[in-house]
Amino acid sequence: MENQTKRYWKGLEELRNDETFVKNAHNEFGSFEANDSTQYKSIVDGIGSDRRDFLKVLGFGLAAVSLAACDAPVKKSIPYLNKPTDTFPSIADWYASTYAEGGDYASVLVKTREGRPIKIEGNKQSSVSKGGVSARAHASLLALYDAEKLKGPKKGEADAEWDTVDKEISAQLASIAAKGGQIRIVSSTILSPSTKAVIADFTAKYPTTQHITYDANSVAGLVKANGDSFGKAIVPSYDFSKAKVIVGLSCDFLGSWIAPHEYSVQYVAGRKLNSGKGGKKDMSRHYQFETTMSLTGANADYRAAVKPSQEGLVALALYNKLSGKGGTSLGADVDKVLDKAVADLKAAQGAALVVSGSNDPNVQVVVNAINSALGAYGTCIDLGTPVYYRQGNDVAMNGLIDNVKAGSIGAVILYGCNPVYDHPRGAELKEALPKVELSVSFADRADETSSLCKYITPAPHYLESWGDAEPKAGFYSLQQPAISLIYKTRQAQSSLLKWSGANPDFYTYLRNYWKANILGGENFEGTWTKALHDGVVEKGAAAAAASAGAVAGLDAAIAAVTASYKASATGLEVVLYEKVGMGTGALANNPWLQEFPEPVTKACWDNYASVSQKTAKELGLSQDDVVKIEVKGKSVELPVLIQPGQANGTISIAIGYGREKAGKAGNGVGVNMYPFIQNKAGFANFSVGEATLTKTGDSHKIAQTQTHETVMGRRAVMQEARLAEYQKDSKAGRYFPHVSTSEGIKSPTEITLWDGYQKPNHSWGMAIDLNSCTGCGACVISCQAENNVSVVGRQEVINRREMHWIRIDRYYSSDADVMDKSLSGSKALEIASDNPEVVFQPLMCQHCGNAPCETVCPVLATTHSTEGLNQMAYNRCVGTRYCANNCPYKVRRFNWFKYFDNDNFDFHYNNDLGKMVINPDVTVRSRGVIEKCSMCVQRIQEGKLNAKKERRRPVDGEIVTACAQSCPTEAIVFGDMNDPASKLSKLLAEEKEGRAFQMLEEINVKPQISYLTKIRNKDVDATKAAAKEAHAEHGGH
Amino acid sequence: MHVTSPVRTPLVTGGKTYADVTEDICKQVEGKPTKEWKVAFVISLAVLAYGTVCLFWTWWEGLGVWGLNKTVGWAWDITNFVWWVGIGHAGTLISAILLLFRQKWRTSINRAAEAMTIFAVLCAASFILMHMGRPWLAYWALPLPNTFGSLWVNFNSPLVWDVFAISTYFSVSCLFWYVGLVPDLATIRDRAQNKVSKYIYGVLSLGWNGSARTWSRYEYISLILAGLSTPLVLSVHTIVSMDFATSVIPGWHTTIFPPYFVAGAIFSGFAMVQNLMLVTRVVYKLEDYITFEHIESMNKIITLTGSIVGVAYLTEFFIAWYSGVEYESYAFYNRMAGPYWWAYWAMMTCNVISPQLFWSRKIRRSVKWTFFISVIVNIGMWFERFVIIVTSLHRDYVPSSWAMFSPTMFDIGDYIFSFGFFFTCFFLFSKYLPVINMAEVKGVIKSTSEKLPLKVSGVSKAERLASPAYKKDAE
Repeated sequence: MENQTKRYWKGLEELRNDETFVKNAHNEFGSFEANDSTQYKSIVDGIGSDRRDFLKVLGFGLAAVSLAACDAPVKKSIPYLNKPTDTFPSIADWYASTYAEGGDYASVLVKTREGRPIKIEGNKQSSVSKGGVSARAHASLLALYDAEKLKGPKKGEADAEWDTVDKEISAQLASIAAKGGQIRIVSSTILSPSTKAVIADFTAKYPTTQHITYDANSVAGLVKANGDSFGKAIVPSYDFSKAKVIVGLSCDFLGSWIAPHEYSVQYVAGRKLNSGKGGKKDMSRHYQFETTMSLTGANADYRAAVKPSQEGLVALALYNKLSGKGGTSLGADVDKVLDKAVADLKAAQGAALVVSGSNDPNVQVVVNAINSALGAYGTCIDLGTPVYYRQGNDVAMNGLIDNVKAGSIGAVILYGCNPVYDHPRGAELKEALPKVELSVSFADRADETSSLCKYITPAPHYLESWGDAEPKAGFYSLQQPAISLIYKTRQAQSSLLKWSGANPDFYTYLRNYWKANILGGENFEGTWTKALHDGVVEKGAAAAAASAGAVAGLDAAIAAVTASYKASATGLEVVLYEKVGMGTGALANNPWLQEFPEPVTKACWDNYASVSQKTAKELGLSQDDVVKIEVKGKSVELPVLIQPGQANGTISIAIGYGREKAGKAGNGVGVNMYPFIQNKAGFANFSVGEATLTKTGDSHKIAQTQTHETVMGRRAVMQEARLAEYQKDSKAGRYFPHVSTSEGIKSPTEITLWDGYQKPNHSWGMAIDLNSCTGCGACVISCQAENNVSVVGRQEVINRREMHWIRIDRYYSSDADVMDKSLSGSKALEIASDNPEVVFQPLMCQHCGNAPCETVCPVLATTHSTEGLNQMAYNRCVGTRYCANNCPYKVRRFNWFKYFDNDNFDFHYNNDLGKMVINPDVTVRSRGVIEKCSMCVQRIQEGKLNAKKERRRPVDGEIVTACAQSCPTEAIVFGDMNDPASKLSKLLAEEKEGRAFQMLEEINVKPQISYLTKIRNKDVDATKAAAKEAHAEHGGH
Repeated sequence: MHVTSPVRTPLVTGGKTYADVTEDICKQVEGKPTKEWKVAFVISLAVLAYGTVCLFWTWWEGLGVWGLNKTVGWAWDITNFVWWVGIGHAGTLISAILLLFRQKWRTSINRAAEAMTIFAVLCAASFILMHMGRPWLAYWALPLPNTFGSLWVNFNSPLVWDVFAISTYFSVSCLFWYVGLVPDLATIRDRAQNKVSKYIYGVLSLGWNGSARTWSRYEYISLILAGLSTPLVLSVHTIVSMDFATSVIPGWHTTIFPPYFVAGAIFSGFAMVQNLMLVTRVVYKLEDYITFEHIESMNKIITLTGSIVGVAYLTEFFIAWYSGVEYESYAFYNRMAGPYWWAYWAMMTCNVISPQLFWSRKIRRSVKWTFFISVIVNIGMWFERFVIIVTSLHRDYVPSSWAMFSPTMFDIGDYIFSFGFFFTCFFLFSKYLPVINMAEVKGVIKSTSEKLPLKVSGVSKAERLASPAYKKDAE
C-alpha cells in the first residue's frame, strides 16, 4: 500500500535534515548556542536553555525578594566540616601569651573563639603584671584585625615574593659585610631574650652589625644616673606598696612612666582601706610636683604645680631640706607643700620613695641621693632586680642618625620602631634614610619610616607570633600564637635567622634557647609545656641589695642642676607628655585608643595645648581656640584646652599624634610633637623651652566625653573624706538624706511605691572602691572589646554620642562653698579650683532595683531579671529613648546611626577582617536601639551553665565582668550578693556601716552597685571640718 | 430653642438670612479656587515637599541627623509633639465644653477649630513616629495579639497611655467633626451642579434627608459625642504631661503638670484658632460670622489660660525652693540663669506677659494685635515645651553627663514638615468643606424673641419651589 502520510516540516532545516537540526531536534524551543545550553554555572545563567529553569529562576526570585524583605539580612554560618580536635564551636579557648610592644609589657591570656582571638585578659599568675592589663594592651587586640596592614613583603612600592626578597637582602647584606660596611639594627626596647640571641647570631654572621635601641619615651637619663651613682646602668624595680610616703616629681608613674600598671597595683595596695573590725585604716600619702595635670597628680593627696624650668630645683630643694640645708624658694605654694613633704619623708624613714620622671641624669642623681638618704634602697627600690622596659640609649641613637647622615652606614634594619615619626630628629632621618644602600623594615605597614625603606618584610602581630619576654631580671614569659598567620607575613626573628643563613624556624630556636638558658634540659618537654600553659616562668628576684651605698657624682649633679634650672621663670614654657591611652603613637591606627578618653582631660581624637585657667585668662584664650605656638624656630597650631591644675605659664602637649602614614583611623589626628623634643646633652628632654603663643582666630572643637568639670557639691553623687576623719568614724564623708513624712523623718529607702523584685537565686552586683580607682581606664577598653561597643569617631564624640558602656567620671574640686545653694553659689560651684583635688568615679548601668528605665519603656524592651539585672532586649526596642532620658545616671546609649556598618563610621568594623574582632556572644546592635551595660550577662550565663553541667553552684570568682577582671587595682569587685561567702558580700558586710554608699540614694532606685567613699590622706582643715559636721547634722532635707 | 434677649449683641451681624448663610459658606466650596488660595496652597505644598525630603533623610540615615545626644534624648521631636497636641485641644474644647456651657458663639468657629484639631493631632502623631529609632516597629506599642508569645505592651509606661489617649482623642474628634459636617455636606450635595460633586458629597452626607428623624438623631449623637469628648479634653494633655510627671528627672517630676499642661494646651490651641480664623475671616469675607465678639471672647480665654500657666510657672519655683530638693532647686536655677536662660525668658515673656495685654479692650478687639499676640503665644508655648524638655534633661543628676543640645537642619526640617502637612490639610479643608457650620449658625441667627421680617427669616420653601432663581434674591 502506498504510503499516504504526508510529510510536514517545520522549516528548511528539517527538510534538509541539517546536522545541527538533528542535534537539537528534541529541544522544544531549540537553542541559540547549543554548546552552552547545559553549561550554565549559576541558576540565573540557566535562563533560555530549559523551560524548567524558568520555574527555578522564578522560585529564586521569590526567595530573594522575600529574604530581602526581611528585617535584617540573614547570614548563615556553616559548621566545621572537619572539626579541629580541640575546638568546639561557641566554646572559647584560652592561650597564655605575652604582650610586649616597645617597653609595654603584660602577661596575658588570649580568649579565642573558633580560632579568632577576641579578648585579652591579664594573667594572674604573673607576679610582674599581676593580672593587670593596660587600656593599650586591651586595645592591641584590634591591631590584629587592621585591614590596612601589609599583606606580604614589599620591595619599594611594589609587592614582592619572600623568596626574591630573601635572596636580594641576603646578597646585599653579604656584599655590604664583605666591604666592611656598617650594618645597624634599630629597634625600640626588646624584652625578648631569644630575639636578642637571634640578633647576636646575626651579628656573628655579619660582624659589622650593631644593635641600637631607642625609646620614644626614653628614661635614658635615669639609667645613666644609676650608672653614675651606683655603677649600675639600669632601671631598678620600684615597690610603691612599701612606701608610706611617695613623692612624685613630674613623674606620671600611674599613667605613663615605665610600667604604670605594675606601679598602680603597688600604689593602690598601699592605699586600700577596710572598715571592718581590725581592718586596715591607714594609707600611704602621696605628694606630686608636676606641670601637667597627670593621672598620677590627679591621684595625689597633695599636689603642687611647678614649671618645667623648676623641675630640677624641686628635687634639689627636697634634697637640701632633707639634709637640713636651706634652699632657694620656689614660690609660697610650692614651698609649703615641699616643707610638708619633707617632714613626712623624714618621719617615714625607710618607707619613703621619691621618683622623678625627668630624663636629665643630673636630676636623677639628686633623686638617687634623696632616696639613699631616705633609706629607700633595699625597701622601695631594688637595684638588684633591674627591669628592662626601657633599654633605649638616646646617645647611641643620636650617633646613628649622625652616621646615617654622613653616609657611613651600609645597611639599616628597623625592628618595631618608627624613628622618622617618633624620634626628635626624624626629619633628618627622613632625608638620609633613602640614601642608605640597604634599608629593611619589619613594620606591619608602610609607615613614616618603612615607606622610605628599600624593603618591607612585614612581621605579624604578636598574637600570630612566637616569642618570649624578660621584663624583669629572673622573670620570664612566653608568647604563643593564638591564630595562624592572616597575611603572608613572617616574624622578624625568622627573617633575621634566614638572612644570617640559619634555620628560619623561630619556634625551634625559641625552644632551644629556653632549653639552654631558662628551663634547662631536664624534663624539658614537661617544663616547656607547663611554661606555655602558664605563660610565665619566674625564677624570683635576687635578694634586694640592702642599701645602695653612697651616691657618686652628687656634687657635680647639684652644680649642673643649679645651673640649668631657674627658680622663677616668667616665660611661657612648653612641656610634652605621654597620654595614658595613646602612648607614643605606635598604635595610632587603633580606633579604640583614639576614642579612649584621656583620664584627666576626658578628651579623645586629638592632642591639644593644655593651659591653666589663669594663663588662659591672661592670654585671652578660651577652650577650642586654635593657637600658634612657636618654640625655638618650630611652630605648631593646636586647639587650647583649659586644664585646672596645669602650672601657670606653661603649655602641655601630648606626643603620639600627627601620624601621617598610620592608616585611616590615625592619619591626620592631632599634631606630631616629637620634632620639638630637645636634645639636652644627648638625652631627650620633654621640656621644650619657652614659647611664644599667638591666637590664629580659628577654632577647633576638642572632642571631650565630659564637659562639666565639678560635681556641684552633690554629695549624693560623690562622697569623700579625709583619712583622719575616717579613722575616727568609718562613715566619715557619707551622706544620709532624710525625707520628712507625716510619721517623722525617714530615710528615703524606707518609703517606697514599689514592691521590688524577688531575687531567689543570685543577686549580681558590684562594689567600686573610689579609693582604689586610679582612673586608668583599662576597664573602658576591656568593656569595649567584650561587648562589641562601636567606635563613633571624633564628630560623634563632639556631638556627645560616644557609646562606651562604662565611663570614668572625673570631677575637680571647686573653691566655692558647697553649702551655698543660692544662684550665685551654684554658678561658683561650676568653676574648678586652680589646683583642684580630683576624683574618679567609674560609672556603668547601676542595675537599679526600682529602675526608672523599666517603667517607661512602652514595649517592655528593658525588664528586670530575677537575678537583679536590668536587661535590655535589643530586638524589642523601638527606640523611643524614654529610658535614656529617665535614667538618672545617664548610662544608656542610643545607636543614632548604624554605626557598625556605615561608611561614615568606617574605623575598623567595615570589612570582613575587622568584623572578626566581634565577640560572638554579644549582639551587635543595629541602628535605632538603646544599649547599655549588661553586667556582662553573657559571662554570667556561661558561668551558670558551666556550673550547671557540673551540678554545682557557681563559685565566687568564677564569673567576673570584663571591667572587674581588667581592673588592675581591683577597685571593681563583682559577685553574687546572695552568696554570703562571696568576696563582694563580705566586702559589703564590712563596709555597710562604713564607706559603702549608693549613688543618688534619695531617689530610691536601689542600685545593685555600691561605691566606697574616696578617702584622701590630707590633714583635716579645722574650720572646714566644723562646717562639714554642722552640715552633716542637718543632713539634707 | 434657647432664647436670648434682643439687647444682646447679635452673634451674626449684617442681617444675614438663612439663605445668606448657605450662600456665603457654600460659594467657597462651589466656586473655582481663588488666586490667594492657589498661591497659599502651592506654598504649603512646597513646604511639605521640603519637609518630606528632610523626613525621608531622617528615616533613611537614622536619628543621628538630629542634634540629640546621650544626655538630651528628646528635644525638638517631643517639643513639637506636645506643641501640636496642645494646639489640638482647642477644637474639642470649643465643640464639647463650650457646647455644654451653652456658649453659642462657638458655632461660627467650631468647624474650623475641629478641623485644626484633627490636623494638629496628625502632626503630633507624626512626631511620635518620627522620634522612634525604629519607626517601622511602631505598632509594637499597640496591644495587638502577636506571634511573640505572651509579649505585651508595658501598661506602666506613660508612652502607652499616650498611644491610647491620642488615638482615642483623634477618633472621637474625627467622629465629632464628621457628624457635624453631615447636614452641611447634604446642603452642598443638594446644591451641587455637576455629577461628580453630587456623587462625592452625596456619599459623604450619608443619605441625609433633612427629616425630623435625621435631625433628632443628629442632635442625639452630637450630645453623646460631646459627653464623650469632654473628659478627653482634660485627659489627653493630662496624659501627655505624665510623660514627664511620672519620670524621675528634676523639672519633669512635678505633680502640678496635668492642670498646668491642660491650661497651656487650651492657651496655645485658642491662639492657633485665632490665627487661622483671622485669616479665613478676611479671605472668605466671613466678618459677619466671625465677629469682634468672637475674637474678644477667645482673647479672654487666652488671657485666663495664660494667667493659669503663669501661676503654674511661679508655683514650680516655689515648690522647688520649698521642697528643699537639691536637684529640683538647681533645675529651676538652671532654667532661669543656666545656658538656656534665653529660652526660659522667651517663654516667660511670650506666655505670661504678652496675654496680659488683652486686659485692654482696645487690644483684645484689634485684629492686628490679636493676630500678633496669638503668634507670640504659640512661640511661647513652643518654648515652654522646649524649656521643660531640654533644660531639664541637659543638666540632671550627674554633672559628668551634662551636655548641650543644638538643633541641626533636620530638626528644623522635620518641624517644617509638620507645618507643610498641617497647612496643606487645612487649605484642602477650607476649599472642599464648609469652614463654618451652616446648620448651627442658622440656629443662632434667629435666637431672639423678636419676630423677624421675611427677608431675615429667609425664603420659604413654597417660594423656593415657585422661583428657582432664589439664589439671586439672596445676593
